[in-house]
Formats: sequence, structure tokens, C-alpha cells
Amino acid sequence: MVHKPRNSLLTAGVNKYSRSQVVAKRVLYKRKPAGAVAVCPAAANKTVEVKGAKNGGSRVIAAAKAPRFYAAEDVALPKKNRKHAGVAKLRSTIVPGTVLILLAGRYRGKRVVFLKQLESGLLLVSGPFKVNGVPLKRVNQAYVIATSTKVELDASKIDAQLNDAYFARPKAAKKAATEEAFFEGEKKKEPLAENKVALQKATDKVILEAVNKVEHLRQYLSAKFSLSKGQAPHALQF
Amino acid sequence: MSRLYAKGRVLGFKRAKRNQRPDISLVQIEGVKTLADTEFYLGKRIAFVYRAKREVNGSKIRCIWGRITRAHGGSGAVKARFRNNLPAKSFGASVRVMMYPSRV
Repeated sequence: MVHKPRNSLLTAGVNKYSRSQVVAKRVLYKRKPAGAVAVCPAAANKTVEVKGAKNGGSRVIAAAKAPRFYAAEDVALPKKNRKHAGVAKLRSTIVPGTVLILLAGRYRGKRVVFLKQLESGLLLVSGPFKVNGVPLKRVNQAYVIATSTKVELDASKIDAQLNDAYFARPKAAKKAATEEAFFEGEKKKEPLAENKVALQKATDKVILEAVNKVEHLRQYLSAKFSLSKGQAPHALQF
Repeated sequence: MSRLYAKGRVLGFKRAKRNQRPDISLVQIEGVKTLADTEFYLGKRIAFVYRAKREVNGSKIRCIWGRITRAHGGSGAVKARFRNNLPAKSFGASVRVMMYPSRV
């Protein structure tokens, strides 16, 4: 039976409950998706043998019987959410090869080389690892200062393998906690996959070639950035 | 030790002669002397770091985060909103004005 609507008007145009309050009251998360009509599989036919001499021997009929009743009321389908976050626009000061200063996280203060923007909008950077210990990693441009220093980089030489999927963490298979595993203690960290090490080296080689052409650039990349007494960041020319 | 933040000082709450607005704190950032200088800092994260008696998550150091919202007057002071209003004991204390979110 259809009950009367939960919501009512306080005055014209003003509902007693907001849209989200109504949703909360319906406790849909507790309910099974009732009224969800099983979708008919694509009409398949089958051949059945028919007895009786005059019946032609066999007959083609639908594999699944059509339902005898249809739901009297239309089943409301949940509205599809078409909202999604857009991709961040790259700041005009950041172009492939720009030396960036990381502002937060484990590598804060380090200078890194910007390689490209990934599809997610994050920036792909590398220390290079050999110079200052920053591996290939993704950073948000909000946590980065673009300097006016640039490494003359051939962006086309950067491996296309380096995308967001490359940085995704492999899903660990869920294992039931056994007694043995529990008392085994801390597991040893697995070493970085060989192909990732190789890719890091290959990418850094491209960067280092360009870096070594410019005097002092390598030392500049290995030096950390920090503010000292009396320095105000707004007055600095990066 | 390397420092990656500008130092600021809490001046007090936004206020009138008799009323205070504790949801807005006034901060003076070191080296910021004019209204034009404050432009760089608008939107930046700001942290009031303090020590407390009781350990929380294994640390006696705690932090209240906030953001710089706008300039205050023409002498380089700024207004900031914190996740929790700053306690009065923070007046005169030092706060960290981070360099992120960066626009340079």
C-alpha cells in the first residue's frame, strides 16, 4: 500500500523536511532494493520436441517464459550522479622541465624536475632520484612552488608508461588472519619492483643528460630550499 | 633546521570597542608591512602549534589549523579563520603561515 507522503508543506514552497532529511527518514540503506524487476535476458529461443504425429515434430519457443504479471507501479530508478571533479588546470608557470620546490610531505624543501601533468591533474616529478633522493612521484600543484629555473627537457622521451595507473597501489589479497601470521610479527617490506627501478633509472637518465649540460644545475637540484631569518616568501623571486 | 613557513603573530580577535568576534583572528606576518604584501598570503594554511600536558596520539604537541581569509587594514595584518577558534592564551603567540596552497 502506498502511504501518504512523509513530507508536507509548512507554507507554500517551504517543505517540512529537506530533501536529505526525507532520504534519511526512508532508511533506504537498510532496505533491500525492493521492487527491482529482474531484467529479462535477451529473448533466447529454444527448440522443443512436440509429440503427436501432426504437430511437426519440433517447435521453436522462448527460452524463458514471459512474466504473467508486471509491477503495477513504475519502479523508480535512482538518479545517476553526473557530477565529477574536473582536472586541475596547470599553472602557467609550470611547464615540462620546470624546477619545482616541494612544500609539504616527506620531501618538503626538495627541488624536483617537473615532467608532465597526468590525467588526474597531478604533476609527475622526479628528483632525479640519484641527485636528491626524490623518486618518480605525483604531487598536487598546490603543494609546489614553480621556480624560474628550467631544465631543457625533451618531454617526448618520457616513458608513456608513467601514468596514474603506474602509481596505483597493488591491491593486497585479503587473507584470513591465521595464528601463525599474527605471531610472525612485522613483515619485511618488499623491495621495489625491478621494472620500476629500471623505469626510474631510464627517466632520470633523460633528465640528467639535460641537467649536466648546465653548470651548477645538478648542485642546485640537490640543495634544499628553506626560509631563513628575515626572509619573507612574498618578497622572494622564485 | 629548515623552515618552510613564514612566522606570524596572533594579535587577537577581530573586534569592536566592546564586542569580539572570536571566529576571526588577526595575525601579523613577519616582514609583511603593506596591504599589497598580504596578497601573497591569502588562502594560505596557517597553524597554531602548542604544547599540552596530556598526550594525544603519542604526542604532547597539538595544532589548530586555519586559513588566511583576507587582509585587515593597510599595515599588513591579515584575518584568519581557524577550525576551532583560537584560545585566548594564543594571543601574542607565534603561528606558522605555510606556503601552500601555492599560486606561484
